Amino acid sequence: MKIHEYQAKAILAKFGVTVPRGEVVLQKSDALAAANRLGTPVVVVKAQIHAGGRGKGGGVKLARSAEEAQKLASEIMGMTLITHQTGPEGRVVRRLLIEEGLDIKRELYLSILVDRGSGKPVFMASAAGGMEIEEVAKDNPDAILKETIHPAVGLQPYQVRNLAFGVGLAPELISAAAPFFQSLYRAFLETDATLLEINPCVVTGDGKLVALDAKMAIDDNALGRHPEFKDLRDIEEETPLEVEASKYKLNYIKLDGSIACMVNGAGLAMATMDIIQLSGGRPANFLDVGGGASEEQVKNAFRILLSDPNVKAVFINIFGGILRCDVLAAGVVKAARELDVKVPIVVRMEGTNVTEGQAILKASGLNFAVANGMKDGAEQAVALARK
Amino acid sequence: MSVLIDSNTRVVVQGLTGREGSFHAQQMRAYGTQVVAGVTPGKGGSKHLEVPVFNTVAEAVKATGANASVIFVPPPFAADAILEAADAGLPLVICITEGIPTLDMVGVAAALKDNPKTRLVGPNCPGVISPGLCKIGIMPGRIHKQGNVGVVSRSGTLTYEAVDQLTRLGIGQSTCIGIGGDPIIGTSFLDSVQLFHSDADTHAIVMIGEIGGDAEEKAAAYIHQHVKKPVVGFIAGQTAPPGRRMGHAGAIISGGEGTAEGKYKAMRAAGIHTVQSPADIGATLAKYL
Repeated sequence: MKIHEYQAKAILAKFGVTVPRGEVVLQKSDALAAANRLGTPVVVVKAQIHAGGRGKGGGVKLARSAEEAQKLASEIMGMTLITHQTGPEGRVVRRLLIEEGLDIKRELYLSILVDRGSGKPVFMASAAGGMEIEEVAKDNPDAILKETIHPAVGLQPYQVRNLAFGVGLAPELISAAAPFFQSLYRAFLETDATLLEINPCVVTGDGKLVALDAKMAIDDNALGRHPEFKDLRDIEEETPLEVEASKYKLNYIKLDGSIACMVNGAGLAMATMDIIQLSGGRPANFLDVGGGASEEQVKNAFRILLSDPNVKAVFINIFGGILRCDVLAAGVVKAARELDVKVPIVVRMEGTNVTEGQAILKASGLNFAVANGMKDGAEQAVALARK
Repeated sequence: MSVLIDSNTRVVVQGLTGREGSFHAQQMRAYGTQVVAGVTPGKGGSKHLEVPVFNTVAEAVKATGANASVIFVPPPFAADAILEAADAGLPLVICITEGIPTLDMVGVAAALKDNPKTRLVGPNCPGVISPGLCKIGIMPGRIHKQGNVGVVSRSGTLTYEAVDQLTRLGIGQSTCIGIGGDPIIGTSFLDSVQLFHSDADTHAIVMIGEIGGDAEEKAAAYIHQHVKKPVVGFIAGQTAPPGRRMGHAGAIISGGEGTAEGKYKAMRAAGIHTVQSPADIGATLAKYL
């Protein structure tokens, strides 16, 4: 689960990480008062969206008075912010962070994530702060320092020193680095984050370390043990269809093609998207109905797939282990009837009672094409979508 | 003959009396697997599906000589179940559970270093099957055929697709290892390839990967150096957008890394026969067998 910068900063502040003073503003008219409360000579107006590159896209602006902050807020709130991470359609800005401006002397990059290879958290730091870290990783990988943290002992002081001296922190700041880095690590652990990125972490004119930006993602598998994060989810940052699908525990991701797919199993679902493309079509979505393709699931899945106006054909690819194909077919027929589905549906099934299942589809009188194998299914769907 | 499991494997089912554990234990037994014990805390002393149930894994192992465990325990308790099985001295622990928090697995991975005798497969995996000998997991036994091709995959149903293709071509499998879709797992592609490399009865290997991480690349490097048997590789998610978690917790392209393109490149450089379409996995293997 992604969260906004202002939410990440609020969490980090609770763990003792120094963040700039700031307020979230949901109505642009509240910006003036927020800026006044901050009372600093410079105030920063920042669009809050779940994507990076906001500055370059014009979503982060400096104001030298509360009135200017209000003016900028009115421009940024409601704008469609396009960054290299939002896609060409951009994201509508609905929340702003009004923050005190800081006297920035240096910018660093800090992040923590779990390294799959070692199975341990890794703390990364770079003197190349405020830049695209992927660019740094490509052009100058040695500029990124890494310390692997052993879970039994946690982030060790010598590791903080390795990182702090390594990025060239001034000697008087090294002792401040330890609690700062430790607080970041504690926050990472206790929130079950999968990613915590401070880019930039700044050194201010008066010699303080401050997390100027904060990006956090919380492990979806751990949300069950973080009821306190329930309200952090911003549904407006998610595609409406994806929000709808999550209500039914359907794993759905909207894409921009015309061939919808319904598959059981994430690997097979990805492979189905791939074979659609290889057959000359474009998938409209990723959808994993999981192990339980019950009647209810199938109906909800159909409904969501068909709510996408780009969809010209549906490819159902189910490889059942326990699943009985006659039960699946009956569910598909029922759903198609109840929803009065007009687009052609190609069904490829594999599993127990597959012959009986295919017979049910053919006998339904509905617009089903039965496929033999994934390739045949994808090719049929592509051909039907072209009509 | 096979790797990891065979006709001598004796399985304890953690979570036997739950819905998933119960159903799949019956399926495993019907396939011919020796299901010798179940563990459900509080139900020790009872019988379920005519299998003795114990309160702890240690008791189950002591009483029945079980030498492998399969875990069908819900996510909040699954990491604990893995550690309990390892501590009971089991050489093989297969965790089916999907949804274990990543930081729990960080702890498990560290703790398991103290149990070098225990191999964990999974979590979030369909299990392991040596066709004709033993099935531990949820895969449909009937699509498998005993033979000489080792299959290793991060997926569940996509593995069945590949296995089905092989079987229809008359090509049997020595062992199919589902390593699972999570970012932190007990047995990697590399581990599995090493097992197949050392198995005289595995004559070829099929690797089914997906976007995210660099496990396929690591295995490819090993294959390049050491493996002479033909290897066929497929990567799912060639069309996946970056930054999105495609179902599996580990299936995400982040920071430009973990792309299908990168994995295909590494596999080709290693001499692995790559397959672009999932429908061609079996046919490609047949060419090189």
